[in-house]
Amino acid sequence: MRLAPFRILLGLFCLLVAVWLVMPTLVIIPMSFNEKKSLAFPPSGFSWQWYANFFTNPDWLSSFFNSLRVAGIVAVAATLIGTLASLGLSRMKHSGAGLLRAILITPMIVPGVVLAIGIYAVYLDYQLVGTTTGFVIAHTMLAIPFVIIAVSASLEVFDVRLETAAASLGASRFTTFRTVTLPLIAPGILSGLLFAFVTSFDEIIVALFITSPYLKTLPVQIFTSITRDADPTVTAVGTIIFIATTLIISAGLIISSKSTRS
Amino acid sequence: MSRTSHTLSAGGENARPAGTVQGPQRRLRLAAYPSLLAMPALLLLIAAMGYPLLTVTLRSFSDPAWGLQNYVWFFSTPVNVTVLWRTFSIAAWVTIVCVIAAYPYAYLMTAVGPRLRLVLILCVLVPFWVSGVVRTLAWVILLQDSGIINSVIRLLGFDGVKLIRTQTGVVIGMAQVLLPFMILPLYSVMRGIDLRLVQAARSLGARQARAFLQIYLPLSLPGVFAGAIIVFILSLGFYITPALLGGPRSTMLSTLVQSQVLSLLNWGRGGAMGVVLLVATFVLLALAAPLMRQRHKQASRS
Repeated sequence: MRLAPFRILLGLFCLLVAVWLVMPTLVIIPMSFNEKKSLAFPPSGFSWQWYANFFTNPDWLSSFFNSLRVAGIVAVAATLIGTLASLGLSRMKHSGAGLLRAILITPMIVPGVVLAIGIYAVYLDYQLVGTTTGFVIAHTMLAIPFVIIAVSASLEVFDVRLETAAASLGASRFTTFRTVTLPLIAPGILSGLLFAFVTSFDEIIVALFITSPYLKTLPVQIFTSITRDADPTVTAVGTIIFIATTLIISAGLIISSKSTRS
Repeated sequence: MSRTSHTLSAGGENARPAGTVQGPQRRLRLAAYPSLLAMPALLLLIAAMGYPLLTVTLRSFSDPAWGLQNYVWFFSTPVNVTVLWRTFSIAAWVTIVCVIAAYPYAYLMTAVGPRLRLVLILCVLVPFWVSGVVRTLAWVILLQDSGIINSVIRLLGFDGVKLIRTQTGVVIGMAQVLLPFMILPLYSVMRGIDLRLVQAARSLGARQARAFLQIYLPLSLPGVFAGAIIVFILSLGFYITPALLGGPRSTMLSTLVQSQVLSLLNWGRGGAMGVVLLVATFVLLALAAPLMRQRHKQASRS
């Protein structure tokens, strides 16, 4: 009985935290139907014009497709390189594995702007500013840690005796990998792929430095649009991304719950 | 883990004693040097991170002339020292706010049923569903003088508060972005705490508060440390949120680096600032490493 007020207080506090976490994401949805060209709250009227603007304005569309292209290549490249690295790390005998893992994960903690000016300096020398290659190299490096973390997590729970069993039954190393290891760590690889895609699709700091008028990614377009004029198209883009992600994640949840049930 | 590759290669050899010459050789080579698999990642890291950071460091010592003049300039200019100090103080505030908000939340995640837990986890993950820039824009909408928060405050009969372009606004926005990095490690530690220990303390006559302070809190501290270190380090390098939510009085070091390089084209000074930021990050990590290792040991013991 004495606990009741404490519990209520705890619940209320956590509700507040949950609202704080979610509200900024949701507030952009009503803003995207604003009739006026302003970001003042509350929005007035109702219109689809900012969605129409996104789908017809070449600046927005081209940056969207640039991001999609870069993030697609990055997702594949980072997943390949990162999965190989995690496999190697999990098989390393000596204590060097811990050090190597720590080194491979550093891009996550190096301050973005420091990395960005360095990459910008190098890219200026090698004419990589504003090129897809430049974006892909930088974003793959930034995405690899996420793949390594995701794949390593599933390798940690992976029972290596299964590999031994397959090998003792005469499977070659490659067959063992293809038919035993790969299917079992596939969830980790898939989530690594998703993380890599999102990392690249969302990356802004390095992108701001290595962008050019000819190659802008979506976050750069959003940032310049926010800082230059109060263009509500940004909120429409945000809403589209939010709804697309929600659909993808719910689909993933439904599929995974069905596959575990069967 | 150390036995893995050994048993694997042994098993492979037993299975195919008369294998081709090439097969076992390749198998042996990979089995002996699994680190080769990590080489592509390492090479990319050296090319895309190591080389750029080296370039920045070199320029900080060599641009416009060799010497320490850029660092002397950095530490002798009051504005820079103020900004450096402010960067640390904002990072500290963000960390404190995150700890206060995350601790009860992570605790509740361990205490409720699976359904409610899923809802709580989703609330933590939802912020990741929208790009960071858009989320920062949402904070601009919320915090501006005519924004929702000020409307609510005025509705309650108080005077409006200046939030946008202030340090408070920057801290609110940054803490929201970084909160998941605090909640998730805290939750994973709290989930492993054996609640029977708290019950035992209670049954031995300890009051609720004492059982919490003497049993639960110390056991959860590794999660607090882990989360706090991540949040603090990530805050130090924040760029977008302070740039959009902050004003001239809440500039952080990243913004100074950017303006030195892009606006003033002063690579030496910008590089020196960058190196200061980089060194601060790694010194903090080195200081925190023993704490992290301790956490690992504790986890493996249980």
